[in-house]
Amino acid sequence: MQTEDFDLRLEHQQLIQNDHGIGAVVAFIGMVRDLNLADDVVALELEHYPGMTEKSLINIAQQAEKRWSLQAARIVHRVGKMYPGDQIVLVLTASAHRGDAYEANTFMMDYLKTEAPFWKKEWTPEGPRWIEARESDDSAVARWTEKPSS
Amino acid sequence: MRLKVLYFAQLREKFGLAEESVQAPDSVRTVADLMQHLGARGGVWQETLGGHLAFRVAMNQEMVSQQTALLDGAEVAIFRPVTGG
Repeated sequence: MQTEDFDLRLEHQQLIQNDHGIGAVVAFIGMVRDLNLADDVVALELEHYPGMTEKSLINIAQQAEKRWSLQAARIVHRVGKMYPGDQIVLVLTASAHRGDAYEANTFMMDYLKTEAPFWKKEWTPEGPRWIEARESDDSAVARWTEKPSS
Repeated sequence: MRLKVLYFAQLREKFGLAEESVQAPDSVRTVADLMQHLGARGGVWQETLGGHLAFRVAMNQEMVSQQTALLDGAEVAIFRPVTGG
């Protein structure tokens, strides 16, 4: 995690290095949108749980590596104050074939949204407001849980 | 048991407290017990923790459930559902 912005090109280069076993790289970038709940967002502040956040992101990447065949995976998440148009998070996955990279990437974001200890606070013209978790994120992550056999 | 309890985001602002050392009586064994114990302080504690809001809890930096048994000396963090990404 870091406060500074990340550079996709550099992160991509570092991820693939000289691994010629990589046939596919998928990148997800989450950004600060202008509107949430129909008010103008002036700024977004990301708080986190130092110590746990790193463990949580590593755990999410490790889970993805167990479930899919990945050559490499990386998560970069910014914290602190950000503005509309800024980048918040990067998830990179690299695999031999694209199916694994796509699915692992989606999985990692779904888990990050529901398990990683970050909290967003919006600064609007009317003042600050903490963002509430979305039900759609809970539904998204549920699809990765195997249904118990009856 | 003695616990190091941390509050994040909305909870920290509501309680005006980022962390505290809690000496919990023997009757406090699970996460749910701890939430009740803190709510019993009344006022904003009761309003916030005793209501219908959902909370997540981490013990020693791993997410746990309300039924999880507390460990003596553990770091327990309480917060609203996460909103990263």
